[in-house]
Amino acid sequence: MAVTGAIITLIGSLFLFLGSLGLVRMPDLYNRMQTGTKATTLGSILFLSGLAISQSEFINIDKTIVLILFIVFTNPISSHALARASHFIGIPLTEKTTVDRLAEDEGKE
Amino acid sequence: MQQLKRCFLSFVFFFGLWVLLTGISDPQEIITGAIIACLASSLFWSSTDLWGEVQINPKAILYALIYPFVFAEALIRANLDVARRVIAPSLPINPGIVKVKTKLKSRIGKLILANSITLTPGTLTVETNGENFYIHWIDVTSPDIEEASHQIVQKFEKYLEVIFG
Repeated sequence: MAVTGAIITLIGSLFLFLGSLGLVRMPDLYNRMQTGTKATTLGSILFLSGLAISQSEFINIDKTIVLILFIVFTNPISSHALARASHFIGIPLTEKTTVDRLAEDEGKE
Repeated sequence: MQQLKRCFLSFVFFFGLWVLLTGISDPQEIITGAIIACLASSLFWSSTDLWGEVQINPKAILYALIYPFVFAEALIRANLDVARRVIAPSLPINPGIVKVKTKLKSRIGKLILANSITLTPGTLTVETNGENFYIHWIDVTSPDIEEASHQIVQKFEKYLEVIFG
């Protein structure tokens, strides 16, 4: 049990690491948000479940489920609010951007 | 009937949260939780009109049970995809904001669809406007509305349509 939990926690922290690496490597705010806020979703879920499996005598699995549910419900709302606000105040997209339908539609109105 | 449904669904929600927080070891706690959940849901049913949009029939319940797995599969696949892009030295991204259309009518269905899209890495809901969602996509394969809707929305929509209408 302890080994399984440790492996799952390790995979989770690997995803968290890749998320933070993405923060450094990505060219603009929106792409950073893609990795920075959301590569961490699976990372946190795996981290918490691994912890619950390896430390099952101290941590109840049901409390971990509650924690995961809170992450799953709050994470998208905060990242949506951030992205919407930054597009609204006109933070530019990277030159690699192919299309921006939202700016096109805002221009029409 | 509509009131009963809302009442019942908020009871299930409150009671489920209670059980998850307290555990199922002590019957006294379960009974207290059931009574309080019953009271809360009967007092506040009028402000929970979102629940009224949930469909209750065997197919909807089945799809609601399948949905977390569909979502988990999409989550893992997208996570691996974004992880691959982050590691690759050439940084193979092709970002853009695309517009997609959804067939969902109910507010709670749209909410869950937008949140599912945001939670899957690589796609991020920037703005919603009626049936149109504006999505920042890390790898735009097609700027076309139909094609983008097909690729981003459809895998979730198929299930949410049955659950929420």
